Amino acid sequence: MKLHLKIWRQEGPSSQGSFKDYEMEHVSPDMSFLEMLDVLNVDLVGKGETPVEFDHDCREGICGSCALMINGNAHGPETGTATCQLHMRRFKEGDTIVIEPWRAKAFPVIKDLATDRTAFDRIVAAGGFISVNTGNAPEANSILIGHDTAESAMDAAACIGCGACVASCKNSSAMLFVSAKVSHLAQLPQGHPERGKRVRGMVSQMDKEGFGNCSNTGACEAACPKEIKLENIALLNREMLRATFRD
Amino acid sequence: MLDSKIPSGPIETKWTERKFENKLVNPANRRKHTVIVVGTGLAGASAAASLAEQGYKVKVFTYHESPRRAHSIGAQGGINAAKNYQNDGDSVQRLFYDTIKGGDYRSREANVYRLAEVSVNIIDQCVAQGVPFPREYGGTLTNRSFGGTQVSRTFYAKGQTGQQLLLGAYSSLMRQVADKTIELFSRHEMLDLIVSDGRARGIVTRNLTTGEITSHTGDTVVLATGGYGNVFFLSTNAKASNTTAAWRAYKRGAYMANPCFTQIHPTCIPVSGEHQSKLTLMSESLRNDGRIWVPKKQGDNRGPLDISEEERDYFLERMYPAFGNLVPRDVASRAAKRMCDEGRGVGSSKLSVYLDFADSIQRMGEAKVREKYGNLFQMYEKITAENPYKVPMRIFPAVHYVMGGLWVDYNLMSNIPGLFVLGEANFSDHGANRLGASALMQGLADGYFIAPYGVGNYLGSEKLPPIKADNEAVKATTQAVTERLETFKKVKGNQSAGTLHRKLGKIMWDKCGMSRDEKGLKDAINQIKSLKDEFWNTLWVPQNDQCLSSEIEKAGRVADFIELGELMCLDALERKESCGGHFREEMQTPEGETLRDDTNFSHVAAWEFMGDKPKLHKEPLKFEFAHIAQRNYK
Repeated sequence: MKLHLKIWRQEGPSSQGSFKDYEMEHVSPDMSFLEMLDVLNVDLVGKGETPVEFDHDCREGICGSCALMINGNAHGPETGTATCQLHMRRFKEGDTIVIEPWRAKAFPVIKDLATDRTAFDRIVAAGGFISVNTGNAPEANSILIGHDTAESAMDAAACIGCGACVASCKNSSAMLFVSAKVSHLAQLPQGHPERGKRVRGMVSQMDKEGFGNCSNTGACEAACPKEIKLENIALLNREMLRATFRD
Repeated sequence: MLDSKIPSGPIETKWTERKFENKLVNPANRRKHTVIVVGTGLAGASAAASLAEQGYKVKVFTYHESPRRAHSIGAQGGINAAKNYQNDGDSVQRLFYDTIKGGDYRSREANVYRLAEVSVNIIDQCVAQGVPFPREYGGTLTNRSFGGTQVSRTFYAKGQTGQQLLLGAYSSLMRQVADKTIELFSRHEMLDLIVSDGRARGIVTRNLTTGEITSHTGDTVVLATGGYGNVFFLSTNAKASNTTAAWRAYKRGAYMANPCFTQIHPTCIPVSGEHQSKLTLMSESLRNDGRIWVPKKQGDNRGPLDISEEERDYFLERMYPAFGNLVPRDVASRAAKRMCDEGRGVGSSKLSVYLDFADSIQRMGEAKVREKYGNLFQMYEKITAENPYKVPMRIFPAVHYVMGGLWVDYNLMSNIPGLFVLGEANFSDHGANRLGASALMQGLADGYFIAPYGVGNYLGSEKLPPIKADNEAVKATTQAVTERLETFKKVKGNQSAGTLHRKLGKIMWDKCGMSRDEKGLKDAINQIKSLKDEFWNTLWVPQNDQCLSSEIEKAGRVADFIELGELMCLDALERKESCGGHFREEMQTPEGETLRDDTNFSHVAAWEFMGDKPKLHKEPLKFEFAHIAQRNYK
């Protein structure tokens, strides 16, 4: 099929960007969205033009690298799907596709569609861990955890840190990301000793990085490729409250 | 002469013995030592965190935007450990034996025993970090079984085990970053190794966002830079996974061991067209409940549901009744290839076989199958637009892992003193074939429990002079990296590195893939030599390299892949036997199984870079504990 692409091109973090138009012929419905961009880039190289930069790596929806705003939707039109797992069969002949980077103050553009999301790393460094040195661990089965608790912690832990929640939020809030980690660790007994310190540290770093606040519209949940639930934000708020009164 | 430095004494006490023999560094002195860790996958992140916790000054480098994006994150199925929680006969000895046998007796016995030994600590460590392994209703950990074994020893976290283990190691790493014991350099790619006075003393990196070339020096360098499966272009590896760090170390004198040992994974989603950029694995755990079959009749074009039970050939169950669908990966892959070669492949390309869940859905219900494999089924459907709950999956083997890698001794140090190599980047534990769920085990064993001892011993026993930025080796290596980048820009051809990479991949897959023979390998070597000329005459990269430029990154990686491909073919040519994933057409049993030659090839082939003609060193493999036999999964 034939497609019209409107792609955000920006040379560097401090340069002014703009949309550029590209015409694609012969796009196969079996191609992934990123393979379609690969084809575009091979064509551009053939013409001696600079290819479009975009982040990607595993192409299996798990590394969290790919991050494209496609027609205004983070990761495109399919729910529960990262950009790399979106296939061109979701589009039809003659479609115009607008491709942009994540837009958020805390995620500055590096070039074209690639952004800097290291703010997430700094939030994790501010408390998103259990302090246990190598070699200190007790026998694994000495910590009993209920089946449902483990499943629920796993659901929260499935976050891939792609930043779609931030990109889709009108306030550029990182609450879904932060709450997923807080919720994963708060549900497990191993995470209890540090729960107050953790939530305070992560939330304060989140604010420092320039992410906005949550207004509970749920755009983040709708955009999340791993379908992380909004309830985690409620749990984050409870953890914060608990930390205020208890430790 | 290669000295593997295996401790003396019985195999059960070797590791304990070595830990006691090791020199130590006083806690107050550790902060005076700088350790450079390259790579933040399971091995790199766990080693960096563990060394920093001990008090060393650690500098960590990754070409990813964040350490959490390293490709360990993609591992699906699980991690083995000899916990014997299922009371089904598992033990350290059995995990050791399964791994040695699975590797077709081409791994180093002492290393494998130690791996089995520390496997149990890994699970404890991960649970303590909050890795959400699934639990039984009583609260204890649960297991599943995997290929090449008859016990249930695999721990998992849905189909995202690698992700959860990596996030555990990453969180430990970030905790040390917050404590300022680790300095993290993300989007920095190692482009060369600094060897001064015969010792590894640093690396040269390119900052991928600014193009800046910088040298970083320290007392020791730890490479945990993964495998080179992308030499085949199409593989289940992430797009950026590459050989550059390892290959640069090779060109600085580190030996490359058994480079031709490649794992072809049997259960991957088949290629859909010319545009294909990578292949997606369907976890081996699916073979627990899925049954693999092809039509009995050649050229049967009916849909799978129209083919009756009697007309199907469940070929693995037929050929290997004892292990059935759970034979090791190399055996399952070759059997699938044989079916396709016989004209019984399915799908439009005829290059796939069915993996069918109908029986399991009937036995345990769709809901249970969904709970166990839901995310894998969903992923399959997204890629193929077919619903695996209704029609069987179609699968075909694909390159997944490399057992070969830089040569290391028992302490995980290469032949260059001060250079440690961990995880998939080294060669030591999986022989000629790796068992499922053992890569995660090895990565974390190396990083958490083995390398910290080796590094400590090295730093405790050597007197290293300080190394300054004006050191000759530092200056020369930095200069060499800068010049090499310039040469890419000077070619000014019209092909992208990716296009040339695809060509290399085709040569490798056709001639050095699932089966190999002398003529094919010789052809491949010639073809690769001409491809190398083509690369240096037709490459195009943007002239501006002072910014993010994936074309420049790829150019360097593809140039190294081309050279590595040639060495792999040479290694495959020299190894005139079949073992594990290395199948030489000329050497097979009448039933078409691998035929080892233990008299002539029971060794590690370690290659030394010598310009055009690499030199082969052999490390003999001695089996004192494991009983050496022909592998039998019947």
